[in-house]
Amino acid sequence: MKGFWLSFRSEFYKSRKTLGFWGSILLPLLICMLVFWGTYAHSEKMQQLSGTLLWLQLSGGILNIMGVLLLPMYIIFLSYSVNNIEHKSETWKTLFSLPIPKWSVYSAKYAYAFMLLVICLSLFFSLTIATGYLLELVKPELKFHEGSISESLLRLYIKLFFNSLGILSIQFLLSLLWSDFIKPMGVGFLLLIASGIGVGANWKYIYLVPYAHPMLAIMNVIRRAKASFGSFNINVVLLTRETYVSFIVAAVVFVAGFFIVQKRSVR
Amino acid sequence: MVIRTEELSFNFGNQQVVKSLSLNVPSNSIYGFLGPNGAGKTTTIKMLLNLLKTQYGSIYIFEQELNKNRVQILSQIGSLIEQPAIYSHLTGKENLLNRAMLVQVAKNRVDDILKLVQLDHAADKKAGKYSLGMKQRLGIGLALLADPKLLILDEPTNGLDPNGIIEMRELLIDLVRNHDKTVFVSSHLLSEVEKMATHVGIINHGELLFQGSITELRDVSKPLIHIETEDNVAAANFLMKQNIIPVEVKDEGILAPYISREDMGRVNSLLTGNGYQVYSICKQQKDLEKLFLDITKKAQA
Repeated sequence: MKGFWLSFRSEFYKSRKTLGFWGSILLPLLICMLVFWGTYAHSEKMQQLSGTLLWLQLSGGILNIMGVLLLPMYIIFLSYSVNNIEHKSETWKTLFSLPIPKWSVYSAKYAYAFMLLVICLSLFFSLTIATGYLLELVKPELKFHEGSISESLLRLYIKLFFNSLGILSIQFLLSLLWSDFIKPMGVGFLLLIASGIGVGANWKYIYLVPYAHPMLAIMNVIRRAKASFGSFNINVVLLTRETYVSFIVAAVVFVAGFFIVQKRSVR
Repeated sequence: MVIRTEELSFNFGNQQVVKSLSLNVPSNSIYGFLGPNGAGKTTTIKMLLNLLKTQYGSIYIFEQELNKNRVQILSQIGSLIEQPAIYSHLTGKENLLNRAMLVQVAKNRVDDILKLVQLDHAADKKAGKYSLGMKQRLGIGLALLADPKLLILDEPTNGLDPNGIIEMRELLIDLVRNHDKTVFVSSHLLSEVEKMATHVGIINHGELLFQGSITELRDVSKPLIHIETEDNVAAANFLMKQNIIPVEVKDEGILAPYISREDMGRVNSLLTGNGYQVYSICKQQKDLEKLFLDITKKAQA
């Protein structure tokens, strides 16, 4: 466990000046700023909306951008950036010749990627709420305080996180094995596009494809919201069948990755 | 023995790159692991560091089997493999601080190491902007950081200027003589190893061709008498008639087998007594560089 913590701290130390780390902070900040600016510029069209509808409009704008495409792409990027530090500097050989168990090095790297994803999604949630109240501050006619969807939104982000774990594990392993960005990126992007087509076509077994899981989380909420039109209730069921698949894929790939690292020679 | 390998072999696909290697590296020695490029030096070093899985044979370091005691053994080893592996986006000092964190060494040791490898003036410069020599010195610093008992260095003088090479040599000699360390250093340059090694292993095409102390290596080379005369060809013919068969006759002189000092005196008397003017006569050890080439060529043949 000591080796794990040492490696985890080292991961932060190494990456604290890289885009891989700052991406998890800048991405939500940038998107929320853009949505803030867009809403601010067209506030007159939204003045008549109720508090809940305002929140739905705001969070929907953010979720539509990031939930479907940006989040999986960000996971592909963060998985790569965590491993690329070693590929770029050719430091795998140094890392694996240190007196630290290999599993500690591997699991600390994975845990660090996991943490970056948590930071990113937590910021998306908290900055969405902050953006709403900030908008009301500068445009008092937007009455965000009259409604609240924070609990549902929090559940949705937690679900997005759960549904992202399968992709995280797969992309993490691919990026660990391949030093060339094009390969994990290409595979990830192709699977993402194929999953998008599968979701669009309502393919029966799409819930088995990890790259479709974040999309399914958003789609399910939209479907439920449409079904309960008028009440504006966002009913987010945390654990659904695709979430279980995401957990299983994440666990299996993580363990498989560990055995691959254990057996693999460092060239 | 600090390092002991038994019949170590390694294949990359169908190609056998290390063949039944049995290394014996004594404690408190500088072991020069010599061989031309592609001889299997780096592969052997990677096996010693458990980076490549041992396919055949076994490795004992500090008399402990490597695979079963990996973490314990690696905690006593500092290494530099091929070009130094450093994080180019971090400064030299940050690279050392990161390693200090991983190997649990006090932060003030980082400043000592920076001074030792003469990078204190460039401590806050990005390592990516270091010259090759500076990177190499930082790599050595990283290897020394945890004060390991055994240093495994793969071609550590690559990229160093003559001054840097001398400093590195002095540093390694000092570590062994005054700090009770053992150094395993690979090189393709015998001249470099000759100046610091106490023991030598010569490898070519994955096979260990020679192993022993530097004195033993010198002994393999038979000493010769180098004689420079007024007329080398005539003098050589005369010696042949006296049953002293020259090994080589060149414009610069004659090379004849050395037997003893007395015998060398007799050869001198014979030549001068028969009218051959001798300009110089001396015992000559076969150049180690030549010996190294002879050993590797012999194996190729």
